[in-house]
Amino acid sequence: MELVAGPQALRKRRENTWSIGAAFAVMVALLAIAPFAVYPVFLMQALCFALFACAFNLLIGYVGLLSFGHALFFGWASYLSAHVEKIGTLSIPFWFGKVMWIEIFLPPQTPELALCIGTLTAAILGYIAGTLAIRRQGIYFAMITLALAQMMYFFALQGKFTGGEDGIQAVPRGRLFGMFSLANEMTMYVFVLTVVLAGFLFIYRVINSPFGEVLKAIRENEQRAISLGYKTERYKLVAFVLSATLSGLAGSLNALVFQLASLTDVHWTMSGEVVLMTLLGGLGTVFGPVVGAFLIIAMQNYLASFGQWVLVIQGVTFVICVLMFRRGIVGELANVLRVRL
Amino acid sequence: MSLANKLACAVAALGLIATATQAQNVPIKIGVLTDMSSLYADDTGPGSVAAAKLAVQDFNPAAHGLNVEIVSADHQNKPDVGTNIARQWYDVDHVDAIVDVPNSAVALAVSDVTREKNKAFLVSGAAISDLTGSKCSPNTVHWAYDTWMLANGTGKSVVKTGGDTWFFLTADYAFGHALERDTTAVVSANGGKVLGSVNVPLNNQDFSSFLLQAQSSKAKIIGLANAGGDTINSIKQGAEFGITKGGQHFAGLLIFIADVQALGLQAAQGLILTEPFYWDMNEGTRAWTKRWQVERPGKFPTTVQAGVYAATLHYLKAVAALKSAADGKAVVAKMKDTPTDDPLFGKGVVRADGRTIHPAYLFEVKTPAESKYPGDDYILKATIPADEAFRPMKDDNCPMVNG
Amino acid sequence: MLALKRSIGVRVVADDEADKDAPSPGSRLRPLVTLSPHAGTGETRALPMIEIFGIPTQALFGQLLLGLINGSFYALLSLGLAIIFGMLDIINFTHGAQYMMGAFTAYLLLQHLGLGYWGALVVAPILVGATGILIERLLLRHLRQLDPLYGLLLTFGLALIIEGVFRNHYGSAGEPYQVPEALQGGRNLGFMFLPNYRAWVIVFSIAVCFTTWFVIERTRLGSYLRAATENPTLVRAFGINVPRMITLTYGFGVGLAALAGVMAAPIYNVSPQMGSDLIIVVFAVVVIGGMGSIMGSIVTGFLLGIVEGLTKVFYPEASDTVIFVIMVIVLLVRPAGLFGRSA
Repeated sequence: MELVAGPQALRKRRENTWSIGAAFAVMVALLAIAPFAVYPVFLMQALCFALFACAFNLLIGYVGLLSFGHALFFGWASYLSAHVEKIGTLSIPFWFGKVMWIEIFLPPQTPELALCIGTLTAAILGYIAGTLAIRRQGIYFAMITLALAQMMYFFALQGKFTGGEDGIQAVPRGRLFGMFSLANEMTMYVFVLTVVLAGFLFIYRVINSPFGEVLKAIRENEQRAISLGYKTERYKLVAFVLSATLSGLAGSLNALVFQLASLTDVHWTMSGEVVLMTLLGGLGTVFGPVVGAFLIIAMQNYLASFGQWVLVIQGVTFVICVLMFRRGIVGELANVLRVRL
Repeated sequence: MSLANKLACAVAALGLIATATQAQNVPIKIGVLTDMSSLYADDTGPGSVAAAKLAVQDFNPAAHGLNVEIVSADHQNKPDVGTNIARQWYDVDHVDAIVDVPNSAVALAVSDVTREKNKAFLVSGAAISDLTGSKCSPNTVHWAYDTWMLANGTGKSVVKTGGDTWFFLTADYAFGHALERDTTAVVSANGGKVLGSVNVPLNNQDFSSFLLQAQSSKAKIIGLANAGGDTINSIKQGAEFGITKGGQHFAGLLIFIADVQALGLQAAQGLILTEPFYWDMNEGTRAWTKRWQVERPGKFPTTVQAGVYAATLHYLKAVAALKSAADGKAVVAKMKDTPTDDPLFGKGVVRADGRTIHPAYLFEVKTPAESKYPGDDYILKATIPADEAFRPMKDDNCPMVNG
Repeated sequence: MLALKRSIGVRVVADDEADKDAPSPGSRLRPLVTLSPHAGTGETRALPMIEIFGIPTQALFGQLLLGLINGSFYALLSLGLAIIFGMLDIINFTHGAQYMMGAFTAYLLLQHLGLGYWGALVVAPILVGATGILIERLLLRHLRQLDPLYGLLLTFGLALIIEGVFRNHYGSAGEPYQVPEALQGGRNLGFMFLPNYRAWVIVFSIAVCFTTWFVIERTRLGSYLRAATENPTLVRAFGINVPRMITLTYGFGVGLAALAGVMAAPIYNVSPQMGSDLIIVVFAVVVIGGMGSIMGSIVTGFLLGIVEGLTKVFYPEASDTVIFVIMVIVLLVRPAGLFGRSA
């Protein structure tokens, strides 16, 4: 997908990483003082979605694969983490002559464990979905991911464990490492901020590693990458699983922040939202998804009382971005300032 | 001082006194969280907001040293949207109490948030009896009706008149399951049998495949464990598939007058329903309805909307007695101490588990010929006295009461 | 970590208590056909109780019929999508919203102009098709040289806009639309009760699908279309106005969607969300059928509708997901789709 500037920009990139460091410092500073001025729950929601969008950007911005089904990973990780946090015991069905259940006893109200289980779920789902979807490219890939996500949506709708329309409610926040009570908003905020920043830095590290260079090569010209001896299918699958795993981390956090896991998290409109956030912020930029996420969440909250205008504005944003604004906000900014963001 | 100066001083002094009094008025905010755009919008929605405003008017807050503001929002039948709004209202907008909340899943979630923040939750829209049962809370009061009342009113009467085999069309969420559960208990206890049930997604538009399943079950009664637009669609499409021609009958377990109006008397005639409020019951209800219709011309108020009025009124009385709404638990305790009295439900009481008790009525929908004027839709068949209309407290499983 | 010292353990349990909600399909296999006398209430039951595979025929054929009706909509919509994809290389995400617009146009025509179903059947597709032509001219044309994924994103955005505008105006509860007089009522066929309107839906959509297929595959106009898909430059060299043909093709595809919408209006209430959940199933249908094939999309649409109907009889819980499950299987076995040419 011809989304980001071509090979001649490659030379410039090596020299211009100071801008990324500066932008990162500004971002952390803003996020550190924000909860004293802005409603912390809103900030935490925006942070979760920022991580989600960054994970999504890994796939589309750097590998060139548009997945329309990322809500699958976000939502199901959210369900699993809510379940483990609230109830603890996992009952996994399997077939061995007749239907048997493995019951894994886990302590509830353990946020770090809930996050791990949620993220692990997303990784497993990512692997399965990836092996199915990677076979095709471009539009087919998008439609397959969309259909897979919709199938899992219906499982969530009917499953006893997910609560269907009711969702998993009253999820306790628990005590982090047995010590820090996350019921306190500020403590929770620090926790969410730390996890999101860690995820963000991890993605940055992946992008700027030899692995990341191969991904970019695949995006530019897959045939050439194959001819150079790279097993592109494997690289794409790993990238997909990474993207899914980090989306799952965002989803698990989201369940803890809102103490609720619901159908909204697995619905295809959630997949569409993350595409919008990344597109608006800037595909293939480092900070674009974060900016996009904050903007969209702010718009949703601000316009909540105006009913369905949220949908319309999101649609208009899509159309304008695709027609005129393909680099996104951060992308345009980076282009104007001639730095890398 | 000259006369003009004296007058100016007097006016300024009066102004100061007035603002001082104003400043001493305790500000109260009540949030009407409801369904403004989806299948319950006609049964609750803007009509509930109108009812809340009437309650504030009738209470006359200034005379009690209060300053009451009403805000409203649409929860779109989604628990996450509902909890978000509730949280923001409590944390940022200083809302003291939330009223209405149709959709039992959202109501359960909001009840939890309200308990966490120690505010008050006056639920009149949701039906799930668990709100005063296993999920009861010292911050929640449940008004007007619940699934137990509906099951024992409509369910019992249908079984007693010969409908002894049932098949349920159940809205696939908390409310539908609770209604099916409570009605199954009543049917079994009265010698009937439930042949099966099918879960239907909420706000589903096409009931044909579910109706076919109901038809093939050969049950005498098809119990509609759904509400609002879902009930209307089930009945309309049932007619298309010849359900009633084949000898089966619908039992609408939760029907409001707005639904009867939408169906039309031709389609709705003969339906049995249980409601604790009917606009045409007595002079008091008629007078109130006229005032309500100023905001909602051409419509008739439902039980839910009447419940919003009664709940808001009683809440404000309790707040006035305590002179503060800050401690939700205390206000709800005061509400339980004071007997209820309003022109819509008459005299009643709020029980220890949060359930409001008043009589309920069994109605039958009139035929088009019997209806003399718009809104003349119900015949009163029976009155269920207050102590029989609602589930006894000992059967609640409410941790607050039974320990 | 203190917390983890609490109980963590694993246990394997046999599922002795059969899950009462999930029927096991195997248990349904009883003698093939049984006739049971008129059962139950003592009132004359008009339909005798024949059972096939243990399911009363009334239920079986009823659900099959409903499946065929769903299949008609899948076929019509995936036909439109296949045509648009074939010509423009764009996945028209707006298809669902245009289907919804067709239904709403029929509703509005009735409300404001008193134009009934039969008039709406002609007028609504033309009106909505015209908006489609506008969309193609003003918006999609600019994306022709870019990656087709941008087209997907644009049409997705348009779908959101259209649904949002209608939802704002009409709420999400749905507006009623009456079955036209001539098609009301039903026929008692002996083994099931068949509403006339639903029979009409099946017949009419088969007719429309067949006519479209015939035009595309067997007429000269159709051959120009197919040629232009393969090699637009060459076809242009022959003097055929390819851009205009593309615009009109898009309009036609949209018109098909709107036609499906008008037909859906009496059965499913007219509501702003009616398109959005349906369209994803149609995507799955298109993936199964294979993107390039016209006949493939029609046949697959009807076939999958029938499969869905059968699933509703034997295993109702799976009926929402069966099409997606089939898609997964097809992808594993035959990635190009059942009728598709290998990509």
